[in-house]
Amino acid sequence: MKSVVFLEHHEGVLSPGALGVLTRAAVLDAGVAAVIVGDDQVAGLVAEAGRHGASTVYTAVDAFPSPLPGARVDVLAHLVAEHGFDTVLFSNSVLAADVAAGLAARLDAGINWDLVDLEERSDELVGRQPALQDSVLVEVGWRSPQRIALFRGGSFEAIASGDGEPVTEAVVVEFAAHTTAARVVERTLRDDEGPSLADADVIVAGGLGLGSAEGFELAEQLANALGGAVGATRAAVYKGWYPPAAQIGQTGKTVAPKLYVALGISGAVQHKVGMQSSKTIVAINKDPQAPIFEFSDLVVVGDVHAIVPELIDLLRKRGG
Amino acid sequence: MKIAVCVKHVPTGTLRMRPDGGLDRSGPGELNATDKNAIEEALRLKQAGDAEVVLLAMGPAAATESLRTGLGMGADRAILVDDPAVAGSDLVATSRVLAAALGPESPDLVFFGQQTSDGGGAVLWAAVAERLRLPFVSQVTTLTAGDGTVTVVRETEVGTDTVEVALPAVVAVSDAINEPRYTSLKGMMAAKKKPLATLSAAELGLAADAVGASGSHTVVLGSGPPPVRAGAVTIEEDAGTAQAVLDYLAKRDLV
Repeated sequence: MKSVVFLEHHEGVLSPGALGVLTRAAVLDAGVAAVIVGDDQVAGLVAEAGRHGASTVYTAVDAFPSPLPGARVDVLAHLVAEHGFDTVLFSNSVLAADVAAGLAARLDAGINWDLVDLEERSDELVGRQPALQDSVLVEVGWRSPQRIALFRGGSFEAIASGDGEPVTEAVVVEFAAHTTAARVVERTLRDDEGPSLADADVIVAGGLGLGSAEGFELAEQLANALGGAVGATRAAVYKGWYPPAAQIGQTGKTVAPKLYVALGISGAVQHKVGMQSSKTIVAINKDPQAPIFEFSDLVVVGDVHAIVPELIDLLRKRGG
Repeated sequence: MKIAVCVKHVPTGTLRMRPDGGLDRSGPGELNATDKNAIEEALRLKQAGDAEVVLLAMGPAAATESLRTGLGMGADRAILVDDPAVAGSDLVATSRVLAAALGPESPDLVFFGQQTSDGGGAVLWAAVAERLRLPFVSQVTTLTAGDGTVTVVRETEVGTDTVEVALPAVVAVSDAINEPRYTSLKGMMAAKKKPLATLSAAELGLAADAVGASGSHTVVLGSGPPPVRAGAVTIEEDAGTAQAVLDYLAKRDLV
């Protein structure tokens, strides 16, 4: 396979999820390339991509200062046409999913998404995709000259091993008329210092058991102490306790961090779908019958308002 | 202004798989939940100005039920692409069908609901927009119509973007954008009289091998059980609970 990985970045940092996909792709394709689209600062990210296995890194200057999918579709379509890539890989995010699907239509290429693994089997590329609320693992393939794969966040660990000196090429692309018909006029970055949900190794999520919007301060403090991000159930988001962007589940985001801490979450199927691939699940709930305990690694039957403040104290003491 | 809303008839309740790996759609179905948000947003624009709201679905005859639900909410007419040839279309083939149906309609705005409860086509809008060569924006939580443009606010992992999009455009709405109205009995009665056109792939100018499984570029190769989770450890609340949780995490290098 001749592959290229789309490397998303925000605030000068490459997405760990995308670096994980690059790490995996480098195992399957020693000549894997990567592409970084953004302003002229992206040159500073090239070495990091190289350390994660990219042998060539293409950089392109975006159509606008803030990222939208269209320009990225143009850049990737140009690279595929110019260099004959047969596989384009993405780590899921709001941006990456839109780019991947737009590119699939542009190239008329098969797209498989929500993948958790990829392997080469007798010259055929096989993706693994949890389906039906993750109750089965489906193997999927492609039947088009170009293959597009979109992976669930956290599917692969990003491992830096190379010397970080890839071949670098700046590409200049003429943007399509419809690409430049949408532009960001205002951007407000979330002011939290922690990682984003898609990239976090640790997610602390809250449900109705937190009791109020103020209750989510506990989730934030615990996430802060663990170096993680905060998520919320749909029910908590509907109550207005936490912003929709943090919603995890069927109608929200699907995440798979190393550690998922569920605070006062019952574990309805709608939520389970979005987090059950997490490596370790710790659930704290006062209801011993809560469904979440059926798929948790550590079951803590108790009151979040009593246990979590004490846990935060212990973590802070440990850290200090 | 003409607004098209792409909707999906999804299975009700527990999802099941057919032996060939496809989703079993033989049981009862309903209008996909977030599609109601998309219809609601179209109806709000219709109320604020003057717009025709056209629903578009691809699916078997049973999908008529979902289209009637949307017509009952207040949409003006509906189109159903109902053809055995389109069954089994993957995302790329589905986008081809929807784009072929949308093209002749020349809508100013095409709405999609952001999520589907059956896990399919989660990113369909981007593919449809690309086929129509239209700009698109997803994860929209508020929308304001301007003069030949719409200005939307969208939520991403890193923050909030305000995006200005020139029309015609494709917009995927989040379920946070509005609270869909209920369909009244009067609305449902009126819906029965509203136009509902049924089109085949051939009527859309699509060759039989451009749609369905033969027009698809992805395949299901097989399926098996997911990896099992090892046995859980249980802690009942007592004085040392927080310490026990910390010890558990520390032992696994998670802190």
